[in-house]
Amino acid sequence: MENKKRKGDVLFSKYNRGEGIKKALSITREDILFELRDSKLKGRGGAGFPTATKWTIVAAAIADQKYVICNADEGEPGTFKDRVLLLEYPELVFEGMVIAGYTIGATKGIVYLRGEYEYMLNSLEDYLDSMRRDNLLGKNILGNSKFDFDIMIRLGSGAYVCGEETALIESLEGNRGEARNRPPYPVNTGYFGMPTVVNNVETLASIPHIITKGGEWYRKHGTDKSSGSKLFSVSGDCLRPGVYELPWGTTISELLKIVGAKDTKAVQVGGASGICIPKSQFDRSLAYEDVATGGSIMIFNENRNMLHVLKNFMEFFVEESCGQCTPCRIGNVKLLEGVEMIEKGEYKFSYINQLKGLGKTMQVASKCGLGQSSPNAFISILENFKEEIFNGNGGGNGK
Amino acid sequence: MLVMEKNAMTEEIELLVSKYGQSRSSLIPILQDIQRKHKYIPDFAQQEVARLLDIHPVEVFSVISFYSFLNSSPQGKYIVRLCQTISCDMQGKAAVAKAIERELGIKFGETSRDNKFTLEFANCVGMCDQGPAMIVNERVYSKLTPEKAVQILNELK
Repeated sequence: MENKKRKGDVLFSKYNRGEGIKKALSITREDILFELRDSKLKGRGGAGFPTATKWTIVAAAIADQKYVICNADEGEPGTFKDRVLLLEYPELVFEGMVIAGYTIGATKGIVYLRGEYEYMLNSLEDYLDSMRRDNLLGKNILGNSKFDFDIMIRLGSGAYVCGEETALIESLEGNRGEARNRPPYPVNTGYFGMPTVVNNVETLASIPHIITKGGEWYRKHGTDKSSGSKLFSVSGDCLRPGVYELPWGTTISELLKIVGAKDTKAVQVGGASGICIPKSQFDRSLAYEDVATGGSIMIFNENRNMLHVLKNFMEFFVEESCGQCTPCRIGNVKLLEGVEMIEKGEYKFSYINQLKGLGKTMQVASKCGLGQSSPNAFISILENFKEEIFNGNGGGNGK
Repeated sequence: MLVMEKNAMTEEIELLVSKYGQSRSSLIPILQDIQRKHKYIPDFAQQEVARLLDIHPVEVFSVISFYSFLNSSPQGKYIVRLCQTISCDMQGKAAVAKAIERELGIKFGETSRDNKFTLEFANCVGMCDQGPAMIVNERVYSKLTPEKAVQILNELK
């Protein structure tokens, strides 16, 4: 286990194990939903759906069985905050799941852990056992005769697309991880057709803090539309890469200063599926109002070749596209070919513009978030770094 | 496959089915356990899993072919997955990859003659702050240098 010396105002603030579950079981489900709504917590996976709304729909549904799923399939390039949360703060994540179970009326929780994180499996199982011994998990939790809840961990097998919630559910059901049509959403028709809450690791980890300290306390951090704090996974050209808890609304230049980045040319926010921000826009803030993100921050300094960066992203999408829908399966291959043409200097501007159009088609015509967001990097890098990429010897210029 | 091997495999899969339950949702955990032990899922095992879960063998194969950590052809005893995504790339992935290739005498995508190593590239393994990183079977190694990576592999028995 990594050592616990992190500083932060919300997620990394002081927390005593078991506190959240104890508090939650002493109040009503409506009270929990009220605090959650008051906190204005939004899903931390990147899409930003209000957590209270999700839970309320599932809580109101009538079904024999409901499920809580923790999406720990963090595959977005440049993201590793869930690794830190699961290794250093498992109590927050698992207690968040128990509280979710209590609130919506579920008895089963499933953690979908990405296959790459299999090395954590034993320590997480041990932690769940210790929760069972302390009656924080299992039957009649903390003596509450009406509440049973248990958590099992299931491993992924190396498919990025399974981070998409319906693909994740398909994978849990024993199928190829191909996204479903939405609607219906998992809140109505989820795991085995039952109402299911699927939350990101970081979202669930926020829950025990909100329950113990209140929605109002949570809302005090961050901005108007983006309450609380955010974990940023920072990597690339800087002195101190790692996970940082910062309030929403922090600007990119402030963040660069904190992590010790110098001569920065560009910042990729939101991973391969996010957007590339050039130096001229470093005053933009990280928040749902401006640049929304799941927390991946990759920093590129003046010496980096942005075409090489783009090629790396496109190779990623070509490999990870599940192949189910045409815009994503073929589109990503065409965009990668376009990048390779530019690299060799064998391109026509008219064709590159056509490819940008293709990217826009993919954004609307793809079935799931993968194909809808994969052209973002292509469009934003070619637009923001056109001098570097096109003025010179076919892309070799920026090096 | 010899008859004895087949019988042992059937027995092994029967145990897994009773451990995880005879439902479709047990398919992936069962395949993962077979993969972990044998480093791939032989044709015969696929047929047995299908028979015991009462699904078509093609369904089993379609799942195996979807996930990059499940294989239907033999792999080395150690499957080395070097992260190729941009953060690890910028921290010197290419030099590490070349050193490993030179040392083992095989290219990425290949398996060594003695069936000890299979080399693969992986997409982001979540170690971007400590790159370059690789996963060997279930273990993760970070902050690699060409020398360190080769040393790690040479120490594996």
